[in-house]
Order: sequence, then structure tokens, then C-alpha cells
Amino acid sequence: MTISPSSASTSSRTVRILGWLTAISLALTAVMALVISPRDVNMGDSVRLLYLHVPTAWLAMYVSFGITTLASVLYLWKRTRSRFWDLTAGASAEIGVLFLGLTLLIGSIWGRITWGVWWTWDARLTTTAVLFVLYVGYLAVRKVPAAPEVQSRRAAIVAVAAFLDVPIVHFSVEWWRTLHQDATVLSDRRLLDPQIGGTMAWTLFLGVVAFTLLYCWLMAHRFRLAWLEDRLADRAMQVAIDERRAEAGVGAGGTKKAGVS
Amino acid sequence: MALAVRLRAAVSLLGRFPALAGVDLDVATGEILLVQGANGAGKTTLLRACAGLAAFVAGEAEVLGHDLRKERKAVRRRIGLLGHATFLYDDLTVTDNLTFSARAAGGEASSAAEAMARMGLDGRLRDVPAGRLSAGQRRRVAVAAVIARRPDLWLLDEPHAGLDAAGRNLLDQLVLDATAAGATVLLASHELDRAAALATRTVVMAGGQVVDGLLTPVAPQEPSNVA
Amino acid sequence: MWRDAVLVAGKDLRVEARSRVGINQVVPFALLVLVVFAFALDSDRGTLVSFGPGLFWVTVLFSGLLAVQRSFVIESDDDARDALRLSGLDGAGIFLGKAGAVAAQLLLLEVVLTLGVVVLYGVQLRGPVMLLLTCLAATIGLAAAGTLYGAIAAGLRVRDTLLPLLVLPVLAPVLLAAARACEAALAGAPAEGWPWVRLLFVFAIIYVTFGVVAFGPLLEEA
Repeated sequence: MTISPSSASTSSRTVRILGWLTAISLALTAVMALVISPRDVNMGDSVRLLYLHVPTAWLAMYVSFGITTLASVLYLWKRTRSRFWDLTAGASAEIGVLFLGLTLLIGSIWGRITWGVWWTWDARLTTTAVLFVLYVGYLAVRKVPAAPEVQSRRAAIVAVAAFLDVPIVHFSVEWWRTLHQDATVLSDRRLLDPQIGGTMAWTLFLGVVAFTLLYCWLMAHRFRLAWLEDRLADRAMQVAIDERRAEAGVGAGGTKKAGVS
Repeated sequence: MALAVRLRAAVSLLGRFPALAGVDLDVATGEILLVQGANGAGKTTLLRACAGLAAFVAGEAEVLGHDLRKERKAVRRRIGLLGHATFLYDDLTVTDNLTFSARAAGGEASSAAEAMARMGLDGRLRDVPAGRLSAGQRRRVAVAAVIARRPDLWLLDEPHAGLDAAGRNLLDQLVLDATAAGATVLLASHELDRAAALATRTVVMAGGQVVDGLLTPVAPQEPSNVA
Repeated sequence: MWRDAVLVAGKDLRVEARSRVGINQVVPFALLVLVVFAFALDSDRGTLVSFGPGLFWVTVLFSGLLAVQRSFVIESDDDARDALRLSGLDGAGIFLGKAGAVAAQLLLLEVVLTLGVVVLYGVQLRGPVMLLLTCLAATIGLAAAGTLYGAIAAGLRVRDTLLPLLVLPVLAPVLLAAARACEAALAGAPAEGWPWVRLLFVFAIIYVTFGVVAFGPLLEEA
């Protein structure tokens, strides 16, 4: 069975179209964000960072990790177990960690501009940071030096455990924070949830759409890559089995007939 | 007579390596089957897979009536594996180790006591922590742990290795008694003379399969086990 | 399942009693951490007393990691999975037994550490009921989550670095809640601490349940 050149690439006509759509929408978003939309009343030009920050946050936290969790559950459940879910979970988590890292970075820069601090320990930020570390841990488990089934199964369990933990972390930190209203940084809630309307709202919406397309495009490539790697490993397995059986021919002087009794 | 073990084109992996690459094997209840083969032929994996430790990923595999492709756990209480590692807790005494093993298999502490008596462990060794025993003594305790579980299928991987002459005789007698009582024994060994005399049948493994054929040229060149 | 749990817990505790690793190594380590904190933070009585609960629980957390590592190391080192699977014991039972043994050891450690915090940091104990409940709930949660992740890291070459990476973010809320609850108790306002104790119990229930369900499958891969 040979793999023909076209099926050995991670792209296809659909994916290429998706790629173009993504590029166009990202370009549009950039134009709207940087040029067309107005400065914010309170934040000035730093609001433009939010057009990057909010979509990546939403994509990472809800879409990427949501899919990772769902795929992990499906992988663990006997009736729906398949390599497909395992590879999906891994690919989605990688993209999620990337987006979340970007979110934290942009958010930190925005915070520095707006509030003068790189970081603060409020509920949202703390939960996001913990979420980031949890999924870095997930990726670490996927790569442990052990058999592939071990990597997949344990990673899936870690994903589900992480999903269980996030609401607990969020709730506990939020509760803690509401008890301590002294954080001067947070007292200006307007900055945290800016009232947006008109052009700004549209720009944000466009940004979310653009990043969703980006996620899909990245997923398509990353998943296909993982899938091809898996196919390759299966072929290597068949080769290994044949070589193993051939050992019998070399070692034994007698006939190589599988003996039953 | 029912089959204790039935394998057809069974494949089992060690990581990504196909340790068993298509095994066909029938073992009737009450048989003592000797599995021979060069190092790396797959004997240990065969025993581990029948114990439900290594998974069968292809083919058919039935042990003691349980389909191991679907459910590996079910068979574990009914088998006793004597492997290379002794699975003993170094800090616990011989008695504690054996009692735990017996109880874990669903039995009672009395089986442990019987096992110790049979293996000659009920003297001064009873309350010695397993970590302080010699290798040979640990081996005896490991055998006792198998007996204490009263398994229907004995899986013995090089059982004579490490035992002194008295221990080996004990083991042989145990195997004969067990099969007389209806158990089945699979043993892998390099001690061809001794094991062949004990066994009711012999098969040879090579390249992850059971192969037909006479004792191969490879066999006499293997280093013999030093007593 | 319960019979297996009791059997495994008994075995683990018996191993601990014979080997005395907890007493000889983990307890001194924990006390040493308390001392080290005193060096790192300016040890005028004020700061140590107010940080007392937080430092206490950080110490328990790290000691808990050691206890969990130990729980799996005794299972014939790298063959941890084989020994447990071969025994024929029920996965859920093994989980409860191991977590239970770890919890028991941690509770004893907490008694010693409480003495340490009283003596070394000058903390005044108040609100004993709340303190006890906090310790109970937090310890169960710690032991359950720790044992679960211990199984995920068990038998791997990288287990010593993987376990903290996995389990510390998960235990962060336990640390937070336990410290706040203890602070409330010590400040003489236990009413403020109840929500935290509730959170701790919720966490414990979630992770005990998850561990019971996931431990068996975890042990089972080839």
C-alpha cells in the first residue's frame, strides 16, 4: 500500500479555501481594528489590543479546551473509543495552549498600559493562569516516554480532571476576591467590561469569526499531521510484525509451520 | 475436556514491538505445557498475556473461558503468575506478604499458612521482612504466593531459576499435585532436561509464534542455567 | 470494593509502620520547611503568625507529594502496575485504600505541624471545630487528587517531575480554601470560614468520585 503524494500532504482543496477565508478575515479584522474603529473613551488606543485579546481568549478557553475535554471523554468511553478522538484532543490542546499563551501575553501588555501592572491576582486572570498550566501539564503527559496507549489514556484522564478543576479554581478565587474589595486596580469595573457598541462591537465580532476560522484551519492541518503520523506508525507496526515472524525462520532449523498441537 | 488456553493468531505488543506475532496454541485442562525457545522468542510475553497483564491486540485469546480481547481483569483472580520480578513488599514480613496475596485473590489467611508450610517457610523465616531474604528464599516466597491463591492456571516463568535442589523438587511436586487436582500449568524454562521430564507436552517458540519442529540448533548453544 | 480498600490501606499502613519512612523522613522534612520559611521571611512574630495558616498548608502540600510518591514507589518501583493488577484487586478499591493510607499519614503529620506552628511561629489556636473540619476535608481532597495523579505519573521515568507539575495547579484551590478557613478560625470569626470548608468538601467529593472511576482504567493499559 503506497501513500500517494496528494494524500501525504496535510492540505486539501477545502482546507486551502478555508485558509484563504481565514487570511482575508484576519486582514479585514486588522484593518478594522487598527484603522477604522475609533479610540475608546476611557482606554484610548490600547483598546485595539482587545480585538486580539478577546477572540484568542474565547477560542482558547471555550472552543479549544472544550473540544479537548469532549474528545477525551469520547476516547475514554468504550463505545466511542477511537484514535480519532485522541488525536483531536491533542491537536486542539496544542492550539489552545498557543492561543491561551497569546491571550495572557496580550492581556498582560494591555494591563500594563491601562492599569500600570503586568499582572494582578483577580479571579479571571488567576483561573486563566491555572488553566494554562493545567494544559501544559496535559501536553507533557502526551509526550511522556511510554507506549502510545499509555500516553493517550493518561492524557485523556488528565484532560477530564482539568475540566473538573477549572470551575473550582474560578469559584474559589472569585469568592476570595469578593471578600477583598481593596484591590484599587479592579475598582474601575468600567475598564474590565468596557461598554462597546457600534463599530467596536462589529470589529470584535469580526475578530471572533476570523479567529474561529484560524482555529479550524490550524486544526485541519494539525489533526491531519497527527493522523498521518499514526498511519505511518501502523505501517511500521505491520513491518515489525513481519520482521518478528521472520526471526522464526532464521532461528529455527525446522519448518516454520504454526504448531497447534 | 475443556481448553484452559486457546489462542489463534494472537498478537501482543510490548510498547510498539510485537512480542507475540500470531500465536496459535491450545492447552487442555490438566496439562503441564513446557514452552521452550531462545531468549527473546516471546515466552515471557506469552505468560504475561495469559495472565491478563499484556494485552492481546489481534486474533483470538481465551483463557479459562474468559475472552481476553474483551476483558482482561476477570481472569486475574484465577491465575497465578510466577514471573521474573517477585512482587513482594520488602518491608513486610513473609507472613504479611502471603496473607495479603491470599486475601487479594479472594481467599483467606489460612491459605497463606498452608502455602508457607508446604514451601518450608513456617519456621524462623516467618517473621523476616522480605527485603532481608536471599534471592533463593524470595523465590520460595514467590512460589508460596502463587500456591496461596489456589489458581486454576499456573503461569511459571523460569520457575527453577534461583531455587536450590530442595526447592526445585518441592516445586515439581507442587506442579504435579496441582494438575492432579485439576489445575493447568504453563511453564517457560531453559532447564530443558528437568522441565521436559515434568511436562506432559512441549512447544517451541520463535519470532513471537509457536513453531513446529524439532529441537533447533540454537537450543544446545544456550548458556545453561547455573544452579 | 470496600473490602479491597481496607486490605490495601492496611497493607500500605503496615509497610509504613515497618519502614518508618514517614516518621524518619517526611515529618522532619515538613518541620524543616517550617523552619526554612522562618528564615526566608523576616521572623518577627507578626508576619509568621499572620502567614501561619498559608505556610502550614504549603508545607502539608509538599509533604503530601512525598507521601503520594512513596505510596507508588513501594509497589515494586517500576513494576507498580503489575503487582497491583496481578493481585486481582478492584481498581476502585485500590484507589480508596491508597488514598486512605495517604490521608491517614497526612493527618498525623498535620498534628505534628500544628504543634510546630504553635511553638515556632507563636500562633494561638482558636476555633478547634473549624480547624478540625478544615484539616479533614482538605486532607481527603489532597490525598484523593494526589493518588489519582500519582497513578498517572507512576512507573514513568519522569514521574518525579511530572507529578508536581500536574497536581499543584489542581490543588491550588485546596490551598487557598484551607488557608482562608484556618485564618477565619484563628481570627475568632469561624462564620467566615464555613464557605471555604464547604468548598473543600465539594472538592474532596469530586476527586474521590473521579478517582474511584478513573483509577481502574488507569492501571489497565498495557
